[in-house]
Amino acid sequence: METVPADGLIAASWLLIALPLAGAAVLLLGGRRTDRWGHLLGTGTVVTAFVLGLLCTLQLGGRRVDVELFTFVATGSLDVQAGLLFDPLSALFVLLITGVGALIHVYSIGYMAHDPRRRRFFAYLNLFVAAMLLLVLGDNFVALYVGWEGVGLASYLLIAFWHERPSAATAAKKAFIMNRVGDVGLALAIFLMFAQLGTVSYEGVFGSVGLLAGGTVTAMGLLLLLGACGKSGQFPLQAWLPDAMEGPTPVSALIHAATMVTAGVYLIARCAPIYDATPTARAVVLAVGAITLMIGAIAGCAQDDIKKVLAYSTVSQIGYMFLAVGLGPIGYVAGLAHLLTHGFFKAGLFLGAGSVMHAMGDEVDMRRFGGLAPHMKVTFVTFGLGYLALIGFPFLSGFYTKDAIIEAAFDRGDGWGYLLGGLAILAAGLTAFYMTRLMLMTFFGRPRWEPGVHPHESPAVMTAPMVLLAVGSVLAGFLLVVAFPLEGWLAPVFGEPEAAEHVVAPIVVSVLVTVVMAVGVLTAWLFVGRREVPVTAPVRVSPVTRAARRALYADAVNESLFMRPGQWLTRALVWVDNRGVDGAVNGLAATLGGSSSRLGRTQTGFVRSYALSMLGGALVVAGALVAVTTG
Amino acid sequence: MSDFPWLLAMIAVPAVGAAGVAALPKGRDGTAKQAALGVSLVVLLLAVLATVAFDTGGERFQLTTSVPWIPDFGVDFALGVDGIALVMLLLIGVLVPVVVLASWRDEPTGQRSMKAYFAWLLLLESFMVGVFAATDVFLFYVFFEAMLVPMYFLIGSFGGPRRQYAAVKFFLYSLVGGLVMLAAVIGLYVVSANELGEGTFAFDALRGIEIDPGVQKLLFLGFFVAFAIKAPLVPFHTWLPDSGAEAPIGGAVLLVGVLDKVGTFGFLRYCLPLFPDASRDLAPYVLVLAVAGVLYAALLAMGQSDMKRLVSYTSIAHFGFIALGIFAFTTEATTGAVLYMVNHGIATGLLFLVVGMLIARGGSRQIGDYGGVARQAPLLAGVFLVAGLASLALPGTNSFVSEFLVLIGSFPTRPVFTVLATVGIVLAALYVLLVYQRTMHGPPRGVLLETPAETPAPAPGGGGGATAATATLDAPAAAPARLRVADLSPRELAVAAPMVALIIALGVYPQPLIELVEPAVAATMSDVGADPAGVEPEAPGGGTD
Amino acid sequence: MSLTHYLVLAAILFTIGAVGVLVRRNAIVVFMCVELMLNSVNLTLVTFARASGTLDGQVMAFFVMVVAAAEVVIGLAIIMSIYRTRRSASVDDANLLKY
Repeated sequence: METVPADGLIAASWLLIALPLAGAAVLLLGGRRTDRWGHLLGTGTVVTAFVLGLLCTLQLGGRRVDVELFTFVATGSLDVQAGLLFDPLSALFVLLITGVGALIHVYSIGYMAHDPRRRRFFAYLNLFVAAMLLLVLGDNFVALYVGWEGVGLASYLLIAFWHERPSAATAAKKAFIMNRVGDVGLALAIFLMFAQLGTVSYEGVFGSVGLLAGGTVTAMGLLLLLGACGKSGQFPLQAWLPDAMEGPTPVSALIHAATMVTAGVYLIARCAPIYDATPTARAVVLAVGAITLMIGAIAGCAQDDIKKVLAYSTVSQIGYMFLAVGLGPIGYVAGLAHLLTHGFFKAGLFLGAGSVMHAMGDEVDMRRFGGLAPHMKVTFVTFGLGYLALIGFPFLSGFYTKDAIIEAAFDRGDGWGYLLGGLAILAAGLTAFYMTRLMLMTFFGRPRWEPGVHPHESPAVMTAPMVLLAVGSVLAGFLLVVAFPLEGWLAPVFGEPEAAEHVVAPIVVSVLVTVVMAVGVLTAWLFVGRREVPVTAPVRVSPVTRAARRALYADAVNESLFMRPGQWLTRALVWVDNRGVDGAVNGLAATLGGSSSRLGRTQTGFVRSYALSMLGGALVVAGALVAVTTG
Repeated sequence: MSDFPWLLAMIAVPAVGAAGVAALPKGRDGTAKQAALGVSLVVLLLAVLATVAFDTGGERFQLTTSVPWIPDFGVDFALGVDGIALVMLLLIGVLVPVVVLASWRDEPTGQRSMKAYFAWLLLLESFMVGVFAATDVFLFYVFFEAMLVPMYFLIGSFGGPRRQYAAVKFFLYSLVGGLVMLAAVIGLYVVSANELGEGTFAFDALRGIEIDPGVQKLLFLGFFVAFAIKAPLVPFHTWLPDSGAEAPIGGAVLLVGVLDKVGTFGFLRYCLPLFPDASRDLAPYVLVLAVAGVLYAALLAMGQSDMKRLVSYTSIAHFGFIALGIFAFTTEATTGAVLYMVNHGIATGLLFLVVGMLIARGGSRQIGDYGGVARQAPLLAGVFLVAGLASLALPGTNSFVSEFLVLIGSFPTRPVFTVLATVGIVLAALYVLLVYQRTMHGPPRGVLLETPAETPAPAPGGGGGATAATATLDAPAAAPARLRVADLSPRELAVAAPMVALIIALGVYPQPLIELVEPAVAATMSDVGADPAGVEPEAPGGGTD
Repeated sequence: MSLTHYLVLAAILFTIGAVGVLVRRNAIVVFMCVELMLNSVNLTLVTFARASGTLDGQVMAFFVMVVAAAEVVIGLAIIMSIYRTRRSASVDDANLLKY
């Protein structure tokens, strides 16, 4: 579908990015002067952006609008225009980012109230929102890349917000580096586009991607996937996401659950024309999704840190989304719908976790929680609704969107479809298990608090966003799948939905998923709910548990495969450079100096030895002359 | 206005200023630095005015001045700039006042007074302008060698503990390269005498002559060795870490910011147009050095314990990118390389400056002597971060534009080298973030502590994931007594602010700069036989956007 | 007397001078041996000038004499001052002029 030039309010959609960016600039440059009202400004810009985004979306009505801004870089045959593409897909993300973003900004006012650097926190959050909006609004791959690394920077700054803690600083660095590995893939994909097609705009690339050889498109798809894996914490680059929980909890909710980590899904959905042309790359997307889905679910079952459980859950849920978009046209809408509902309930769950931590003196170990339900009613109820939505309790958000993905997997119709569908159902059971375990360890049972902890409900400024997100968790699935189907809204992007031919009847899938979920809940109750939870983690556990605790040894693999050899290589090279390269140069200088001083020794200072050498020289010359003239 | 000899003025003003500063009576260091700042600002103004007078659509060389100098050998004192040289003059114009301001409170380390320091600085500026503005190969050579003298004294008289060693090493390396180049310059003259009947050193005349391929290769190598040492490319690089580490901060900024660019500038101005066949034949070997430099120097940077050495090694990696861009022979990559020359001067210049500010506080160059600076000096840490991010080419900073152009322009002609160099961006993130984390993050430690007390234990928590907000906030009270690291003073802010502003501005809107250099780049491309219109897409049908 | 006789005499004188420079320690004697060598050269020059019937060689011999005179003046002064400081005129005692 053709794009149309911008008109009306959409022509001003650059303000969506500019507003939070200006907020960040004012807060960072303004210094302490802005301490008193900084958080209000930060929240205000995002709320305004949300309103603007909503108005733009209402004006959009199924068109694809191109907003041209200025020439970013144009030299030779490369021409990169700074421009925005406002279409139904980006509109969805704009609403998610600014909507959830605004709620989390409000929540942060309360959560960060006692932090002396709250202003800075809001500046970074604003910076993140601006970069994320650029990522989803850009109309070419360079703008996407700028936003892509911009959110990486914001993520780095926010994970390291409490940078006095070495663990936070290290986690931030790890996140940035692993993201950069992915970024290399994205960058190379862009280079490949330019080399092959001479353009980096969405329109140009998608319009002529069909002309390329199959191998080239596959390479492009795989490189883009590498980028997506880095940003979205997918296998094999998943290890940074759980560590990123070192950041303040609102950050985990906004960046590492609801928005940034779903950028990979956006990228693959946006590049649908490329993946349509390469079944191979699409199959790899599918495989990555399926593998990550299981890794996340398994690892989530054995964590004791409440945020890490949620983090692995995020990894696993994004695996679902990758699985969905890897299925091709039948899965795009399902994946995006799950992305949206996940944005609601996972953000809600993280905010709830933050509320719990707030109450427990920043304790995160679930073995130190227990019996919190009566003390924190609002948190308990909102968290509970998020929990039910996540595990796919019938007629809540997750139920609709997760079922849609599983159905789409079965709809492939072949053996792989059954395998993937089966894995997805199994993971749904695991999800139910680990989330129920979390609920039981946190809100039920006997209190296992540290002495001196007095849990209390959080202030209204924190609970209000939680309530709104809980409402979203309950209703979003129904609204997006049943009431106002997302397929229709996204038709300008992915084409009109076809009447799906279901291999397995949807009702069968729903029942199956619900049963497996119930089994998961029951198992969790049997394991956790019935017995006393030990305050320290048991040491003597099965190898499976041990592997799950260490997230299937992802860190160990990274460490032994990359970090240690890298450190060794660095040390070796430093030695080579100092001793080898520089040594050769210094050695040359030393040789010259040495030989000159050795030659100098022939100058004894004795006149008569000089005279002898003169005589010898004269004789040699005379001899030579004689030889030449006579010979 | 265009009749005014801008370039001559830009050479003469700092030279006269240097003489004036040197002639000041002893003990007038205060006057010396004010005079130096004034003179360097005048040069900046001249550079800006020259840019205004420059017409991007006009002749290749503009603002020309030519006076016969040694008529017997056809040597002219000929000055003129194309877009590439002009942006380098602008870079010089910006960096020197910043450097003067940054050296405001420096104490001399040797016996020389700071008056001498500023005099040498101004003389260096004069020579640097000359080397970029010369359009006569002999004149270029003269300025090329003359630059060594002030730099030698800046390092040798005002540097760190091993300044003598570093200065001699710098001088010898450069001299060896320079002499090899002198041989090639003379060879070029002889060739021109054979071809044209009368020998000449004028760049425009030399550009037109056909040279035998074998001779071309030899002459190319003569120039190349000099420029590869200057730039520096691996394995001619080991002088730079020593010089960069021992030089005073101001000298180090100009050393990597401008002086080394003479090498890459020389590739572009002399190697490619004068010896196009040899450039094309030998490009693969140069690219091997370039990419090896990107990866090798990045790994080495990670292994350094001395901050200034680390920054020097990052520069070597960046020069690898520049060389890659130049020897890929596409308009996009070469434009990127030229931008890279400017942007690297700003970004790495700022990195050196901020490292210098940190060293001025702690008195040590060792990374291990610092820690947790961000807590006490957030502005300093912020500027450090901006410089670091520009060094790792984060989008939104100026370096991104140039690195992106270099890579995207090199990929169509040299995919393997480009892929390898792209891996370098991960290494860049590693070396920047490693040093940032070690010095700025974590609990305060090292020389910033008054007593070598125990560091505050990290917050306890399950699985190391504790979010101990309140615990951390209480930490300062519980922490041992420590020297407060002062945040940036207004003078230091005045040093950093223009650099940060340039980093962001050129990162967001680089197009004016691109338009300034593109005609010169296109001319160079047609000299070397590449298509100045840029890369042709391989697949049909791909339009521009 | 043929040309050969003169040249043989000059060669003998030169050899005596050269051997003397090499084997004697006393600076004065070394000096006198140098003079002997110079004069043997003068003899050769004059001999050839006479044989070829031109004055070139004779003029050259005058130059050599002038230079030799100047050399003696400087050389003896140096030897005197060395003797004063070292109480010795042996050339082997004065070996300061080395690397």
